[in-house]
Amino acid sequence: MKKPSLAALALGLIPFAALCFSVPLWDRIHPLLFGLPFNLGWLIAWIALTPLCMWGAYRIESARALPRGDAR
Amino acid sequence: MTPAAVCLSTIIAIVAVGTTVGFLAGAHRRMDLEQWTVGGRRFGVLLMFLLMSGEVYTTFAFLGASGWAYSRGGPTLYVLAYLTLAYVVSFFILPPLWEVGRRYGMQTQSDFFGVRYGNRYLAGFVCIVGIVCFLPYLQLQITGLGLIVSIASFGGIGRTTAMTVAVALLVAFVCASGVRAVAWVSVVKDVLMLIAALAIGIGIPLVHFGGIGPMFAALIAARPAHLTMPGATAHLGHGWYISTVLLTSLGVYMWPHAFGASFTAKSGDTLRRNAVVMPLYSLSLAFIFFAGFATVLIAPGMSNGDLALLSVVRRSFPPWFLGFVGGAGALTAMVPAAVFILTAATLFAKNLYRPLFSPTLSDAQVARLARAMVVAIGLISLTLAVFTSSTLVSLLLTGYAGVTQFFPGVVLGLYWKRVSAAAVFAGLVAGLASAVSLMVSDHDPLFGVSAGFLALCVNFVIVVGGSLFALTLGAEEGRERTARLAAAFH
Repeated sequence: MKKPSLAALALGLIPFAALCFSVPLWDRIHPLLFGLPFNLGWLIAWIALTPLCMWGAYRIESARALPRGDAR
Repeated sequence: MTPAAVCLSTIIAIVAVGTTVGFLAGAHRRMDLEQWTVGGRRFGVLLMFLLMSGEVYTTFAFLGASGWAYSRGGPTLYVLAYLTLAYVVSFFILPPLWEVGRRYGMQTQSDFFGVRYGNRYLAGFVCIVGIVCFLPYLQLQITGLGLIVSIASFGGIGRTTAMTVAVALLVAFVCASGVRAVAWVSVVKDVLMLIAALAIGIGIPLVHFGGIGPMFAALIAARPAHLTMPGATAHLGHGWYISTVLLTSLGVYMWPHAFGASFTAKSGDTLRRNAVVMPLYSLSLAFIFFAGFATVLIAPGMSNGDLALLSVVRRSFPPWFLGFVGGAGALTAMVPAAVFILTAATLFAKNLYRPLFSPTLSDAQVARLARAMVVAIGLISLTLAVFTSSTLVSLLLTGYAGVTQFFPGVVLGLYWKRVSAAAVFAGLVAGLASAVSLMVSDHDPLFGVSAGFLALCVNFVIVVGGSLFALTLGAEEGRERTARLAAAFH
């Protein structure tokens, strides 16, 4: 299988960094985000931002796939 | 009408509509094995979105997540993270999987292992592990359904009666319309579930506190430690969070049904676009969290957290809405249960029974056997749900620790030419053995890290190390075989 491009992988890594690995940095109550505890508000904001990252990855991957046309 | 009668008729009406849609979904189509299992590989972005959300947002999201928010607090946030990250993982895995699936006519996860690694014992083993891991997940749905319907009907429908009727209905529509029924019932379920989640998440805090903001202000004043990790638990801190989020987000698409669902797509591009938009659906879960946290102050001291949300809904809303939640909740259990049963039955008939006992069986005979297995597995899971009990989250995490062990074999099989069948087999066995022994001996989490994740690390090291070892020292014949399989596949 053709491996995904590094740029797409890097874009995929952003949500992992934000939602998973950085948990000690954002797991607290204050300051409140939109009236929610900081950790919950942070997660919800990143759920909304993740499609943006993946949309970027999609643009990169489909641009890579197109020039060669449908090889099948 | 009495409140109980109003509730009861609403539940029955919703389940009846959902079931009818399931039966109609397969009408006027010839249901051969390919139609029944992968919908003829014709599903577009919208139907894919609905099928996948139908499979992923289960009773667990409804009751388990709110139950954990109630009983454990902060650590429950892992649910929001893993469901979002699972789609990021799917973006990179499912399109190539779909590609090879079409090339080799794969319908199940076991087919993938059989073709990629050319080893029918590995394929058979994957099949058995998949079916075994399904049982707790299936039991979770049916147990949850019993809880929802019996509470929402004010006890008018007993737990056992509700579970029996629901299993009978879903077995019938799965036999009739296969995966198409699941996708279309999922349409009904998703709409209802979304309305229910929004109404509960906004309504409960509004009724009891005057809004979501004031609700959290009250909770922060009363129980500040409940909202961060480890919350009300002793060991579920940040190490547990990171390892559990990784384990479960890598694991979502290793469930045999989710794996198989990717073959129903029209193209690899459909799956990629689907992965971009799916996280937005997780936002609906945030509302279940609002409701779950609100129950902490409204109904303190309940011993079974899984029941907290429903008992608060019963106290806060009129009976017809309780019936609405009960009906939506019942469908939310029936859709995933249907797809689990469908997948387990196909696995058994196609990947276990035919290769081992009766290689001459035609596809049409396999399809008939699979339908008979739908009935059998329905009965087994119903029996399990009636006679055993366990909280919903613990059931789910047990299954995850098992299926995620497929991950190295899948991802390396897709992207690494040198991975050897023997190493994948050894890694899978070692991963499962470590997960089971840690969980059974009550060492989960171990040093603050989820046992399933540790097992996955063991598994990865063995697969990569074993493949490299086979490459340098292994017999010439084995090396050639690995290269030949990879060449045919890649």
